[in-house]
Amino acid sequence: MTTLLSVRGVKTYYGSIIALKGVDIDVEEGKITTLIGANGAGKSTLMMTICGTPRAREGKITFDGKDITALPTHEIMSLSIAQSPEGRRIFPRMTVYENLQMGAAINQLAYFKEDLERVCDLFPRLRERLQQRGGTLSGGEQQMLAIARALMSRPRLLLLDEPSLGLAPLIVKQIFEIIAALNKRDGLSVFLVEQNAYHALKLAHRGYVMVNGVITLSGSGAELLERPEVRAAYLEGGRH
Amino acid sequence: MATMQSPAADPAMKPGLDYGAAFKDACLAGIIAFLIFGLLLGYETQQTLTNQIILVPRTMLLAGVVAIVVIGRFLINLWSAHRAQTLKTAPTKTTNPLLLKLEAQAGPAFLIAAVLFPAIVIIANGELQSSRYLVDLGILLLTYVMLGWGLNVVVGLAGLLDLGYVAFYAVGAYTYALLATTLVKLPGLEWLAPWMFWICLPVSGLLAALWGVILGFPVLRLRGDYLAIVTLAFGEIIRLVLINWVDVTNGGAGISSIPRPTFFGLPFSAADNGFAATFGITFDPMHRIIFLYYVIVALAAVTFIVTLRLRRLPIGRAWEALREDEIACRSLGINTTNTKLTAFSIGAMFGGFAGCFFAARQGFISPESFVFMESAIILAIVVLGGLGSMLGVIIATMVLIGGPEMLRNVESLRLVFGSDFDPTKYRMLILGIGMVLIMIWKPRGLISTREPTVTLGKKAQAISGDFVKEGHG
Repeated sequence: MTTLLSVRGVKTYYGSIIALKGVDIDVEEGKITTLIGANGAGKSTLMMTICGTPRAREGKITFDGKDITALPTHEIMSLSIAQSPEGRRIFPRMTVYENLQMGAAINQLAYFKEDLERVCDLFPRLRERLQQRGGTLSGGEQQMLAIARALMSRPRLLLLDEPSLGLAPLIVKQIFEIIAALNKRDGLSVFLVEQNAYHALKLAHRGYVMVNGVITLSGSGAELLERPEVRAAYLEGGRH
Repeated sequence: MATMQSPAADPAMKPGLDYGAAFKDACLAGIIAFLIFGLLLGYETQQTLTNQIILVPRTMLLAGVVAIVVIGRFLINLWSAHRAQTLKTAPTKTTNPLLLKLEAQAGPAFLIAAVLFPAIVIIANGELQSSRYLVDLGILLLTYVMLGWGLNVVVGLAGLLDLGYVAFYAVGAYTYALLATTLVKLPGLEWLAPWMFWICLPVSGLLAALWGVILGFPVLRLRGDYLAIVTLAFGEIIRLVLINWVDVTNGGAGISSIPRPTFFGLPFSAADNGFAATFGITFDPMHRIIFLYYVIVALAAVTFIVTLRLRRLPIGRAWEALREDEIACRSLGINTTNTKLTAFSIGAMFGGFAGCFFAARQGFISPESFVFMESAIILAIVVLGGLGSMLGVIIATMVLIGGPEMLRNVESLRLVFGSDFDPTKYRMLILGIGMVLIMIWKPRGLISTREPTVTLGKKAQAISGDFVKEGHG
């Protein structure tokens, strides 16, 4: 199994405050890798560091063997990495169609028509709403749009930052099923950052646990689900 | 679609409006107005020849003001009561489909109106000279429409708040003025003189675009208020350089006798090789005014079409996405640096064209024409029209530029305010009140619905922009 994305000894600072204290993570090709942790652990910082804002002050990030640590964000994002950012960040005043066009902007809408069909089959709800403004969609639909928009660039690696944020459990389940299907059917590699540890670990082939900017545990999803530390910190009390 | 509730279905709602209460409240407001203005406006102090101060009553003025307050208050009462009722019956507000249809037809309609305008004015007046004022007003309006559309690219589409737009207008104007006055003096280049305007027009646009990029670079990381302050400073810097670099710009005295544009090489003069003689018509100075009018119509049309096209291209979509959410843009692999710079430079280019036209039309320019007030007015046009709306810019220009101009000639105001009332003195006051009213009535600008760049055959769902929040990034 080849490693698609590798993060080695990455340290990220916000001014003089250290947010990531030397993180090592591997995302394997065709697998779902998840990163769980509490609020403020540095999960989203790691996600953003992979994308180049903020930059890693130390360490090395490689994608498909290429060093991307110092590349500008827009160049990183055009290397068939796509991100669905935290809080969805769809374009509220643009229509769903235009949002999807923006997703396909890096390959100049070359495969736009067929990709549009593909994501509309994946999220039938979006097909009904193509002409509607992004800001008028419900939270779940906005999340679907954010994922669909990321898929429009034909990525090999999909970075998902908290897709379950603020969504009803039923919608969360739907979205995770779609992520699993994308991985199984198209062999898409996924790096998933989640608070919802149970769902994320159940889905993932491999999981990492981050505490205060350090990876404290790693292993297969099933393994981590059984670990007492994980159960105590992230699962007990939150009945699923 | 909202289901209209009949008044009978809702017993809590009173049928009809309560005129009595509205009138009582209006009378109360009138009494208060009388108490406030009674001494302030009711009497005027005048000095007599013997240096005594006497009080001259101004009963009519006082009565007029109180009447305005009473009637105004009454109408406001009625309006708010009516509004409260309609809000109850129509909880979901959708944009009037008629307005959307109008906006789709507006471009061609305005173009036809603009093209026919001088002809209508001249036929109505019966001769050329007396139509000069209205055609000049048309030129002024179209110049501001063009400037509004140019700034609309930067502020309306890309969401970069630019308070120094007049700088690019100045760059365009001075480029033409300096090139045209110096180049024709060079030996061997005299034959260029009639073509000067047409040569300098693209040069002005390009130089202004270059300055747009020069401004763009240092402010790439700024957003919102900070960007506004730096662009404001940039506008002032350009103006101060124009004032103080006397050797080149002739300082505050400005540049005069700038060559006028020609009819593609034929000057508008009474000479034998002039426009009138060539076409065998009698010479009239109005020919040039009408020609200038059509030049600005063409320039504005080009601005309109280019902007409309760009909106549908990836770059235009990237501008709008940038306005909505910069971080999302970057996460989609959009080069935000280039996107911002193109917005700045294309907006500046239109400003440069307009500036070149302005210099050629006036024949004289000085830094006085490029003060901050101009930037503020152009920005007000864009904001009041509704960010990003091309039609909104036209309407806002009519209101903000045409309105005060019309007020100059309103004689009826004198009947209320006395014979020495000079409406021109109050133009800015009325303008200010008008802007406040528009912002109360339409907080997102006159046309706040963003027209999608792609329609998929079926009718777009027209949900008013009021319901969709602005991006934050």
